[in-house]
Amino acid sequence: MMAYIFRRVLYAIPILIGVNVLTFVLFFVVNSPDDMARMQLGEKRLTEEAVQGWKEERGYDKPLLWNSEEDGLEKVTETIFFKKSVRLFVFDFGRSDSGRDIGFDIKQRMWPSLAIAIPGLIVGLLINISFALLIAFFRGTYLDITGVVLCVILMSISGLFYIIGGQFLVGKLMNLVPISGYDTGFEAIKFLILPVLVGLIGGIGSGTRWYRTIFLEEIGKDYVRTARSKGLSERLVMFRHVLKNAMIPILTGVVVVLPLLFMGSLITESFFGIPGLGSYTLDAITMQDFAIVRSMVFLGSVLYIFGLLLTDISYTLVDPRVRLG
Amino acid sequence: MPTLLWTDGLVFLLMLMVGMFVLHVRRHDHLRRPWRTVLRSRVAMASAVILSIYLLIGFLDSLHFHPKLENPANTETQYSTQIKSVFDVLVGHLLEQDEKTYSAPFATHQFSKETVEGSDGTSAREYPRLKFGGAHLQDPVNDKSADVISIILKSSLKSLLIFVLLSLVIIWRIAVKKDWLIKDAIRSVFKGETETPWLVILMTLGVILWLLIIAWDLSHFYHIFGTDKVGQDVFYQAMKSIRTGLIIGTLTTLVMLPFAVLMGISAGYFRGWIDDVIQYIYTTLNSIPGVLLIAASILMLQVYMSNHAESFTSLAARSDMRLLFLCIILGVTSWTGLCRLLRGETMKLREVDYIQAAQAFGVGNMTIIIRHILPNVMHIILISVVLDFSGLVLAEAVLSYINIGVDPSMNSWGNMINSARMEMAREPIVWWSLAAAFVFMFVLVLAANLFSDAVRDAFDPRLREREE
Repeated sequence: MMAYIFRRVLYAIPILIGVNVLTFVLFFVVNSPDDMARMQLGEKRLTEEAVQGWKEERGYDKPLLWNSEEDGLEKVTETIFFKKSVRLFVFDFGRSDSGRDIGFDIKQRMWPSLAIAIPGLIVGLLINISFALLIAFFRGTYLDITGVVLCVILMSISGLFYIIGGQFLVGKLMNLVPISGYDTGFEAIKFLILPVLVGLIGGIGSGTRWYRTIFLEEIGKDYVRTARSKGLSERLVMFRHVLKNAMIPILTGVVVVLPLLFMGSLITESFFGIPGLGSYTLDAITMQDFAIVRSMVFLGSVLYIFGLLLTDISYTLVDPRVRLG
Repeated sequence: MPTLLWTDGLVFLLMLMVGMFVLHVRRHDHLRRPWRTVLRSRVAMASAVILSIYLLIGFLDSLHFHPKLENPANTETQYSTQIKSVFDVLVGHLLEQDEKTYSAPFATHQFSKETVEGSDGTSAREYPRLKFGGAHLQDPVNDKSADVISIILKSSLKSLLIFVLLSLVIIWRIAVKKDWLIKDAIRSVFKGETETPWLVILMTLGVILWLLIIAWDLSHFYHIFGTDKVGQDVFYQAMKSIRTGLIIGTLTTLVMLPFAVLMGISAGYFRGWIDDVIQYIYTTLNSIPGVLLIAASILMLQVYMSNHAESFTSLAARSDMRLLFLCIILGVTSWTGLCRLLRGETMKLREVDYIQAAQAFGVGNMTIIIRHILPNVMHIILISVVLDFSGLVLAEAVLSYINIGVDPSMNSWGNMINSARMEMAREPIVWWSLAAAFVFMFVLVLAANLFSDAVRDAFDPRLREREE
């Protein structure tokens, strides 16, 4: 087991290097730091000093890959690639273009993101699975058809409408909860209810349909027929056999997104004014803060790869047939 | 003078490809069989009718030209630098009916108060009459509903007439093709006994025609979806957004398809180091969260564009370039799924007898791939193309909302929703932009979802399982 995990971590390294090089090319080679400076400063007649000053402040004044002015090892280390990209591997995100410590910001902002994402995930799973189980139980009847049609209709509505509609109905018309904002401690709950609720409703369509296909696939398998021919009632078959076996694909599907929960949701967080990592990223995009976007790209990839690793491990835990070689 | 934007050219290329594909399918019976199932599905055909109306509008909106300038003094014809489309000409009246600012659907008066100077020199704060919305009415408060109803009745009659004519033409075509009497054709169509569900098709067509004609007639006298902040007709904006949505949904696929197919098949077919390299590439790309990759690329595009402003001749060319780039970057983030599917399928196929035989005969690799493997993975490509469409249309709205989508100057549902966000906070609220974007988007995505489900079921009901 440990050997397997170790090998998987080793596999992840070239991928992370790839991500790193890609972001480096995207952020520093496609457009030179000079271009970024001009874009940020944005004035028509820019002096060369102003551009130089902007670059010096943020450490973009070094050569990209090879600093021929330094000696020895510093030829490599005193470069943008080493200072800005390689440092990401030790999770040293450096400072944002506006001068804030990115690592500190991330540590602070991940909690609100998690506060929305975790309840949303758990309650969403419960609701979607129960709906899907219900529809699968009554498969072939009008309840099934109506359910599937409803799911397709719910899926066809853009997530933005759920958010705007939810804010309008619950927040503005009924005045139940504040429309947006955030607070510390238990006060935060009243700010969290609406985004979580909206997220749930928005996810019901695709979630229920997805789990329904998983259940239907399980129902078609041989062991279900065996269970029925033993004389088990349909209810027992569904709960004792189908649900248990369907948990394998369901669980592995969930595990892969677990680490990414830290990243939060760009749209939800910005709509509801929640100071999580999602709105952090979005703010950086609108303010064109390249350092933050670069850090978040890297962090997101790390978390995704971590999620894949967790998925593989969870396979072995829930399905004894799978052995890691 | 006709002009060709980049996306227009690609749209025509895509249509050419689809046309050739259809011809190819028609000639081969085994290829036609799954399509026949789609053609017989009532839901699929109703959605197809709706989709083709959208496609028609999108196509008309892609025929761009520089309009002639009216200049009597100069004998030489001059062309405006602005770009218009054939669609703009067709709905020309909507373009000219700009108001000053917001007005509600069917409003005759402006949404906000203004200081108006009376004939006797006194000024008062009141809601001024609109320049076009209901301008033909003498007494808007009392006459409006009667006027709207009479227009609706008139156009309903008109659409009924057109519908009857159209159905007769279609039924006559069926009768000729099947060698039936017209009488029998009418009977079997209306009893729903034809193989293709003509009754459903006609009904859908009838309802759409009815709605379109009513909207068209009303739009000559009223702003049926109101006007936006600068007084532009929202109905016009929503229809212009159709092209943007369709382009994102289709061109993205066109852009990613060559990569996905080439890489997926060669990874599965050649194995070895080629497989390793391709797997490495797509795992790397896949591990970057899509939104962030798009955001980073669009940021870089913005930097590039602001530093190379001189290379874009017009605003339209600039926003078109951005749209194309968005398609490319969406393609880069979305090709990995198809690539992985194709790799797996090719790996299975290359062990099959007829490919082993071809290899033993010394047939070249390229020939084997084109003649034997490609036709056998075609259904996977087709299903993933059709399934991706609605997701891409929805993605456009989200991306435009967070300002990393299409150019803010471009008509798109995302931009409409984006501006609606501010409007919802007004008192009383301005809801019509949002409503128009919602209706147009919902109908398109729903039709696309239903159609793609039918296609998937017809081609491979078990594909889902293999995706696991």
